Amino acid sequence: MRGLVSIGSQKPMVCNAAGGDRVRHPGANQSAGETTKMASVQIADVRKAYGSTQVIHGVDIDINDGEFVILVGPSGCGKSTLLRMIAGLENISGGEIRIGSRVVNDVPPKERDIAMVFQNYALYPHMTVADNMAFSMKLRKAPKSEIDERVNKAAGILGLTNLLERYPRQLSGGQRQRVAMGRAIVRDPQVFLFDEPLSNLDAKLRVQMRTEIKELHQRLKTTTVYVTHDQIEAMTMADKIVVMHDGIVEQMGAPLDLYDNPANLFVAAFIGSPSMNLLKGTIRANGFETEGGVIWPVGKHPADSNDRAAVLGIRPEHLMLDPNGLSAEVVVIEPMGSETQVVVRCGGQDLTCIFRERIGAKPGETIKIRPDTSVTHLFDAATGKRI
Amino acid sequence: MTIAAEARPVPQLTQSWLVRLFDYKPFLIFICLLPALGLLLVFLSYPLGLGIWLAFTDTRIGRSGVFIGFENFESLWHDPVFITSVWNTLLYTGVATVAKFGLGLWLALLLNNHLPFKSLLRALILVPWIVPTVLSAIAFWWIYDPQFSIISYVLVDVLGWRDTYVDFLGSPWPARWSLIAANVWRGIPFVAISLLAGLQTISPTLYEAAMLDGANAWQRFRHVTLPMLMPILAIVLTFSVLFTFTDFQLVYAITRGGPINSTHLMATLAFQRGIPGGQLGEGAAIAVAMIPFLVMATLFSYFALARRKWQQGEDND
Repeated sequence: MRGLVSIGSQKPMVCNAAGGDRVRHPGANQSAGETTKMASVQIADVRKAYGSTQVIHGVDIDINDGEFVILVGPSGCGKSTLLRMIAGLENISGGEIRIGSRVVNDVPPKERDIAMVFQNYALYPHMTVADNMAFSMKLRKAPKSEIDERVNKAAGILGLTNLLERYPRQLSGGQRQRVAMGRAIVRDPQVFLFDEPLSNLDAKLRVQMRTEIKELHQRLKTTTVYVTHDQIEAMTMADKIVVMHDGIVEQMGAPLDLYDNPANLFVAAFIGSPSMNLLKGTIRANGFETEGGVIWPVGKHPADSNDRAAVLGIRPEHLMLDPNGLSAEVVVIEPMGSETQVVVRCGGQDLTCIFRERIGAKPGETIKIRPDTSVTHLFDAATGKRI
Repeated sequence: MTIAAEARPVPQLTQSWLVRLFDYKPFLIFICLLPALGLLLVFLSYPLGLGIWLAFTDTRIGRSGVFIGFENFESLWHDPVFITSVWNTLLYTGVATVAKFGLGLWLALLLNNHLPFKSLLRALILVPWIVPTVLSAIAFWWIYDPQFSIISYVLVDVLGWRDTYVDFLGSPWPARWSLIAANVWRGIPFVAISLLAGLQTISPTLYEAAMLDGANAWQRFRHVTLPMLMPILAIVLTFSVLFTFTDFQLVYAITRGGPINSTHLMATLAFQRGIPGGQLGEGAAIAVAMIPFLVMATLFSYFALARRKWQQGEDND
């Protein structure tokens, strides 16, 4: 199957003469006859300011060859701006961005050898699907046979073969999304950039396209930077997640690392759905005392942290039923079939629990719960840092 | 299973004939259309119909005429002044439209960028369009004056490029070009502002996508701006052609068709013959002769330019 995607087999003269940065892997570690060019991306102390307002405060991210990196964060955290800086659509106010070995700060977008998929797809409405995909190659005057070959290959990969003569208007949202990706694939760039590509799709299609994009990346193995505000997209697709907030990187790592070991309160609250239960209180010798006066058992923590104001974080699935546990009043029960989501009130605070077993209790009744102390998290109340 | 049928008898409403009449849909439609229809009939169809009728009579002012068939048109066919006015109108419309579109599009592209004092500039652009035509005609009359022309003054006295003052309106060809220049000056704002509105509907991400696809500024204009602007361009072009073709005020106020009838447009000649000349029938015939040209221009821009294939089809949002 992978033979299908050797689109970059022969590259016409492209505007990348400036750098011999194109890493090729002929034969050696690829299947026979396949050449794929990739590039790492280094973002070093990058800053962005609009006038006197600084929106990105010194970001360092290393993206390896062929890696799928997702920038995730709430709106206004600077993730899209950062992506547009990689693309060359925004100026870089400070720091350095390298694609391959070449510093691209002052390289115009078209010479960066990147392809971008926009949130609103940005398909040329007056061109057919085929023309949309062929546009970049026509501009650089590639021979017609090569254009057709590449467009047909990309269309084959994305299932667009029957739609090549249609106009964007005549396509559904998911099809337009695929055309936008096809346009990127045809370019055979060093780096793919995705700017919230799934936000305009309905929920079901989003899940489907998520899988398709991930599969596409597994086939093409092109370095990809993907921006989203949806942490589920980030968790499911990324090799590496970069959590951004207010123009800084809060944490960076593999999805499950971030999930299991959030570095601070922001990441703890942002990653995971339903989100982590966070209880304010004080660390005591015998556990964690909440503001409501309930003592929660907690796992190991530094001895010198006793009597420190802190926040206890417990993921919903790490709360379990235990006859010897803490009493909690059931507020809402949401059976989901495979599991049951229950909102309980304990010490004046609402917590979300996810139980594998089915619950017989009714709202208003009391159940006994306890946390799995091996996976509880403690954060400093003042700094938000993990203890 | 007869449940509610008996329990709730339908109340027998007794309605007056007036209420029932207004509930009768064809009548209601007729009533609602009546005001608009009346306006159209009185102010559009009647004058147009009367004009066409007059073209086939020998009516003069003060004497109702009789039907004479195509006699007016036959005599016009052999009338050199009328033939000149037709050529003038075509030249005037053609050259002025091309110039207005070139300059208007250029201005619109400029104003679509981030400029300091952008809104002030946009407001200023509209001035030639807002000023009453006759007022700007008088201004141009001064600008083209044989003795007091500011252009002549600059060329002769300031720059010293010429020895004699320019004779703008005194001989046929300079007069024609002068009128075209005045018309272009007046028409640019309409084109520029309309095209600017069109430009602003083009999504900036399209330009970004084109930039990443490797398009330079000219290619972005050629492959993104121009095709996206085509629909509005076609409509503005149609209007501009119609306005220019039927122009009357500017020419009549500046030259009155002179010198020696050499700058008459069809519209000014129609007025000249019909009202001051008193030959209502002949004037009407000249005006009616404009109709085929206008219909052709409209059909051309409507079918050739207005609707593009990519705009048709289902919107699948």
